[in-house]
Amino acid sequence: MTDDQAGGRQAPAAPAIELRGISKAFGPVQANKDISIRVMPGTIHGIIGENGAGKSTLMSILYGFYKADEGEIFINGRKTEIPDSQAAIAAGIGMVFQHFKLVENFTVLENIILGAEDGGLLRPSLSKARKVLSELAVEYELNVDPESRIDQIGVGMQQRVEILKALYRQADILILDEPTGVLTPAEADQLFRILDRLRAEGKTILLITHKLREIMEITDTVSVMRRGEMTATVKTADTSPEELAELMVGRKVLLRVDKVPARPGQTVLEVDNLRVRDPKGVERVKGIDLTVRGGEILGIAGVAGNGQSELLEVLGGMRPGHGQIRLNGTPLALEGPGSDGRARRAAGIAHVPEDRQREGLIMEFHAWENVAFGYHRDPAYQSGPLMNNAALLRDTQAKMQKFDVRPPDPSLAAKNFSGGNQQKIVVAREIERNPNLLLVGQPTRGVDIGAIEFIHKQIVALRDQGAAILLVSVELDEILSLSDRIAVMFDGRIMGERLPGETDERELGLLMAGVSGEAA
Amino acid sequence: MDFLTLIQIFDSTIRLSTPLLLACLAGLFSERAGVYDIGLEGKMLMAAFFSAAVAAVTGSVWLGLLAGIAASMVLAGLHGVAAITFRGNQLISGVAINFLAAGLTVLIAQDWFQQGGRTPSLMGGGRFTPLSLPLAETLAPVPVIGPIYAELLSGHSILVYLAFLAVPASWWVLNRTRFGLRLRAVGENPAAVDTAGVSVVGLRFAAVAICGLLCGIAGAYLATALQAGFVKDMTAGRGFIALAALIFAKWRPWHAMWACLLFGFLQAVALRYQNLDIGGLVIPVQVMDALPYILTVVILAGFVGKAIPPRAGGEPYVKER
Repeated sequence: MTDDQAGGRQAPAAPAIELRGISKAFGPVQANKDISIRVMPGTIHGIIGENGAGKSTLMSILYGFYKADEGEIFINGRKTEIPDSQAAIAAGIGMVFQHFKLVENFTVLENIILGAEDGGLLRPSLSKARKVLSELAVEYELNVDPESRIDQIGVGMQQRVEILKALYRQADILILDEPTGVLTPAEADQLFRILDRLRAEGKTILLITHKLREIMEITDTVSVMRRGEMTATVKTADTSPEELAELMVGRKVLLRVDKVPARPGQTVLEVDNLRVRDPKGVERVKGIDLTVRGGEILGIAGVAGNGQSELLEVLGGMRPGHGQIRLNGTPLALEGPGSDGRARRAAGIAHVPEDRQREGLIMEFHAWENVAFGYHRDPAYQSGPLMNNAALLRDTQAKMQKFDVRPPDPSLAAKNFSGGNQQKIVVAREIERNPNLLLVGQPTRGVDIGAIEFIHKQIVALRDQGAAILLVSVELDEILSLSDRIAVMFDGRIMGERLPGETDERELGLLMAGVSGEAA
Repeated sequence: MDFLTLIQIFDSTIRLSTPLLLACLAGLFSERAGVYDIGLEGKMLMAAFFSAAVAAVTGSVWLGLLAGIAASMVLAGLHGVAAITFRGNQLISGVAINFLAAGLTVLIAQDWFQQGGRTPSLMGGGRFTPLSLPLAETLAPVPVIGPIYAELLSGHSILVYLAFLAVPASWWVLNRTRFGLRLRAVGENPAAVDTAGVSVVGLRFAAVAICGLLCGIAGAYLATALQAGFVKDMTAGRGFIALAALIFAKWRPWHAMWACLLFGFLQAVALRYQNLDIGGLVIPVQVMDALPYILTVVILAGFVGKAIPPRAGGEPYVKER
């Protein structure tokens, strides 16, 4: 709509951003291939694509972090060279990175003036920034306390500081890279209101995301990237999530998880008053009770850092805790002997850890070695005192085939697989053991849509065989579509339990933000 | 212990604290910018030798000072190239500089002067002489204030006053200037500085250069003011004591001054009371001499509460998306 107005008023309107034939290669990997887009001023343009599709590389080129091998950049119709961030800022481009670039023990004000000071002394810069900030707060409804320290404000506020940083530098073009990854749904809604406001004031926004819902909700136009190429640019109003998903993956994708209603059996996992302290002595899990029955998936929702990771790690035998856990009625040790991962595996607990690169795999090792980890004492892998490498290779090959790991080469190092295929290796290793209880943390973080669909299917199939599944995920979509029951964690406690059919993102979002069930 | 003895101990505390303070502030600038520097010792030693050597040859202590600063800054540059440009391990680079300085100083001294690895004793214009503050003579007879002014505050070399003036100056630069803001930011989160369009490498080199400058003055002070010439290993671990003081001070200039005064005081006490007799119990000289080092160990072992170093300290900056 805004697009048309801008086009109608000042014919021929120069695009705020125009990229022509941008290409960038890292060694043999072609990260960006002949990419051209035009973004009209006063619009929100989404760029969607799977991990590794080249979105971030493209934005880094636009912000001067990388230099394109070929191609030209036009800002407001003028050809612009962007060799470094300084040039990008001068051209009116501001970037809000996925991981904020803030100095944690500085105040909001200090962070905002950093690099944009007026003169050698701080005092005049600070008072000027204070004034500008209060004007911006009114103009864009971006309220932050300029004197608070970054490490004392929440993530949502920190993101506002990043946006303010860009506006303080008089950016007319804002690039946001996966801005909602760290936000609660309520914070994300707030962000979208701010973006809406910025658009109304004539700013041009590039929104990079892999979440289809966000694209549909806020953008005017959207470009899809796949394997370094821009496969389509469409008006958001003229497309659908299904079509975008297909464009991203290159084939039809099932966005909803297809599953029959759960038929829960006997209680498999019982957790009573579990408490966990981290190595610094801070209590991360503050008394949790939960049960998971065979044949059901219990989803744990929550914003990252509210104790879900610690819960998984204690259950998986990766750190000590206090309280009681029972598996099929038998108590399991929470500290000391018998509380390690080996004992857990022997008891029939399989664990797909949250961070596959640090805990799930050894990146430098071959796929076949990684498939054996945790189960390397299995007699099937032994040949007298030695490892039976031939058996391992055969086993790995079979698992790779079944889980469609590409390329199906057992002797490739784990680091040479894409994120989705790495995750498939971990999931195959754990699921193929037919565990009584499967612990899954962030099963699809950084995994492309095609692999997500596949991994979800495998988890549901395991459930249908009668296994109990404890799923921890920060993706509400995933929790809602996979779980048979949902528990929400906040600040080390369970805020409430809901059934997926009887709740929605809004209610879960409130619970995730610590608003208890009654108040919600 | 009478008043005059106390004044004398404090007077020598100030003189002994000066090299520590200069080195400590040197380390402060480097580490607040995220570059760890355990090569303070080596830079001081190199500066001590070159300042003494040039002062001995030319007879001018000011040329000596310049030579000392230059030598220290060359080593600082080396550390910068290794740690910033080539993103090497900062600790290893610092250790290498210490070894390099320990060996080179003695080797060159022997080659140039043939006096067993020392420089000739400095005389006259080859040394920094004590400055008399105005009215020191006149005020000296006044009770209490007189000795404090004439003995304690007056009569130090210009480098002592420079070192203590460097404390408020450092505080002001760090907290009140654009350069200071950027320097602190680059030690906490270099990515924030980089994305703000400021050069991380440039800032860190500037910090390392300041570190070299201050270490150079510290070394020159040792050889041309505190003592009269260079002897082998004359820094005697002062670079490491300065590092301990830096941690003790939690990387803040004013605290650094107090920490260095404490270490200087222990050294002064050890110098004054070779065998301390406390009610029949004689503490041997070795224990007294070891006191500053024992305190260093205690501090480094973390008995002074939680010291949070600059967050990006010790890590080379690699640009990432």
